[in-house]
Amino acid sequence: MTSRRARGVLAGDQSSKGSAAGVSSHIVIIGAGQAGLSAAEALRKRGHDGPVTLIGEEDAPPYQRPPLSKGYLSGELPADRLWLKPPAFYDMAKITLRTGVRVTALDRAAKRVITADGEAIGYDRLILATGGAARRPAIPGADLPGVHVLRTLAEADALSAALQGARRLAIIGAGYIGLEVAASARKRGLEVSVLEAADRPMSRTASPLLGGWFGALHRGYGVDLQVSAGVAAITGAQRADGVRLSDGERIEADVVLIAAGLNPGVSLAEAAGLDCADGVLVDAHARTSDRDIFAIGDMARFDSELYGRSLRLESVQNAIEQAKAAAAAICGAPAPYDPVPWFWSDQYAIKLQIAGLIEGADQMVRRGDPEEGAFALFHLKDGVLIACEAVNSAPEFMTAQRMIAARARPDPDRLRDVTVAMREFLS
Amino acid sequence: MGSDVFMAKITYIEASGAEHAVDVEDGLTVMEGAIRNLVPGIDADCGGACACATCHVYVDSDWADRTGPRSSMEESMLDFASDVRDNSRLSCQIKVSEALDGLIVRLPEQQG
Repeated sequence: MTSRRARGVLAGDQSSKGSAAGVSSHIVIIGAGQAGLSAAEALRKRGHDGPVTLIGEEDAPPYQRPPLSKGYLSGELPADRLWLKPPAFYDMAKITLRTGVRVTALDRAAKRVITADGEAIGYDRLILATGGAARRPAIPGADLPGVHVLRTLAEADALSAALQGARRLAIIGAGYIGLEVAASARKRGLEVSVLEAADRPMSRTASPLLGGWFGALHRGYGVDLQVSAGVAAITGAQRADGVRLSDGERIEADVVLIAAGLNPGVSLAEAAGLDCADGVLVDAHARTSDRDIFAIGDMARFDSELYGRSLRLESVQNAIEQAKAAAAAICGAPAPYDPVPWFWSDQYAIKLQIAGLIEGADQMVRRGDPEEGAFALFHLKDGVLIACEAVNSAPEFMTAQRMIAARARPDPDRLRDVTVAMREFLS
Repeated sequence: MGSDVFMAKITYIEASGAEHAVDVEDGLTVMEGAIRNLVPGIDADCGGACACATCHVYVDSDWADRTGPRSSMEESMLDFASDVRDNSRLSCQIKVSEALDGLIVRLPEQQG
C-alpha cells in the first residue's frame, strides 16, 4: 500500500517535469542536521541563486552525529571537530542559518512555516529534514533523573557529564548506539551492562552470526551483555539506581541509557496532511504528496527499486544522497535516488561496514575467519547479492557496494575463497 | 583555541589548478583543514572515519616521506577510489603537525 501511494507521486512528478523552482525562489529547510545542511549545500552547488533558510531546533550549528556515541563520548574528539562547516561557510554560501528555532506548524495553503515564537516564514519550496528523537519506551522509571537517551549533542553532553564520576552504566538496547556507547564507556573505565530483549545484539539489522560475533567482542572487553533480557523497570526513588529485569534480576547502575532506536520526526508533516507511514512518503526525487514539499533523511520513506520495497534509512549516506536528489529536482535537473545503502560502526578496534540490507536473504556466504577478527558475510537472495557485512574488511565492503548495485550473481564458492581477490568480481 | 597552537601552512591544489594556501591547526587532519577553510573538492561524507573514500588527495612527491605510510584500512579503501596513483592518500588519515608545514596536496577530478 505504501509503495503504491509513493509510486503515484512519482508518476505525477514525471508528467510535470521541468517545473523547477525559479532561480530566485526561497527554499526553506526545516532541520539543520546532516540532511538539511547537505540540501542547502547541494542547492548552491546546483546553482540555486535565491535565498536558502536553514532552520534548526537545536542550538548547535549543523554537526556530525556519528561521533556522539564514539569518539566524542570517549573523549578523543572535542566538540569543535564535530561541526560540519565552519561559521564562514554560511556567509560564503549565503545560507541563512537559524538555530534554536522550533517550527510548530506548516501552513501549506499560504506556503509558510510557523515557528514557536509565532513567526511566519514564507517558502516557495520546503524541505523537511526533521530527523527524529530517541525513543523512550514506556518503561516504569524511564523519567527518573539519571536516565539518558542519545541522539543530540546536548544529550551526548548530558550523558558524558553523568558518566564523569559514575562507576556503572546500564544500557537498555544492544543496537548500534547501545554497543558504541558500551565501547566508549569501557574506554572511559566504566563498568557496563547491556540489556537486550532479543536473543542477540543488533537483531533488527544484522545477521545472527554478526550479532553473535559482536556480542562476544563486547564480553571480551568486559561488558556484561545479557540477551533475551526484558526490562521490567528502571529502579530508584529520587534518581535511577539500576534496572530490574523481567525475570527479577536487578542490575545496579549509576547511569542508565535507553538506546531503543528513533522516533521519526513526522509530526509536522502529519499535522499538515502529508502522506505518512512510518516516515514521510516521498518519491525518488524526495518529493512528498505536496509537490512543493520535499522530505529527506532519517524520516523520509522512499520506494527502493533495488530492494522492491519502501525503505526508511537512518544513515549519513542517506542524509547526504537524498538531500542531493531533492536539490537536483528543485533545480530542474532531477536524478532519481535508488541507493545501495551503506553504514558503518566503530567499536573498540573493529570497523564494521555494511553494504545493502540483509532482509529477505536466503543464503549466506562467509569469507575469512571470524576468529581472526577480519571477515565478511555475503547475503544472497535467489543468487543475487543483496548485502555484505564486512568486519575489518574494506575490499569486501567496497566491492560489494558495486556488485549489489549491478545486481551481481557471484559464484558462492569463489566468494568464500580468500585467494580470489575481490577485484575479480568486478570484471 | 590558544594562540600558542601551531598552524601548518598547507596548499590544496584543485584539479582545475586553483590553489588554496591555508593555515591548519596542529592535530587536525588534512581533510579537516580543507573543510574548515572552505576548500572545495573534498567531500568527506563519513566525517573522517576512513569509511567512505571521498577525501582522496595526491600528496606532492617531496612530502611523501613526511606524511607517512597508508594504514592497511586506508590502503583497502583507496583501492576503490577513482584515479588512484602511487601518491594517493585519504586526507582524513593524515594528521597535521609541525613536520607538515608547507605540505602540498592535489585534489582529484572527482571523489568516489
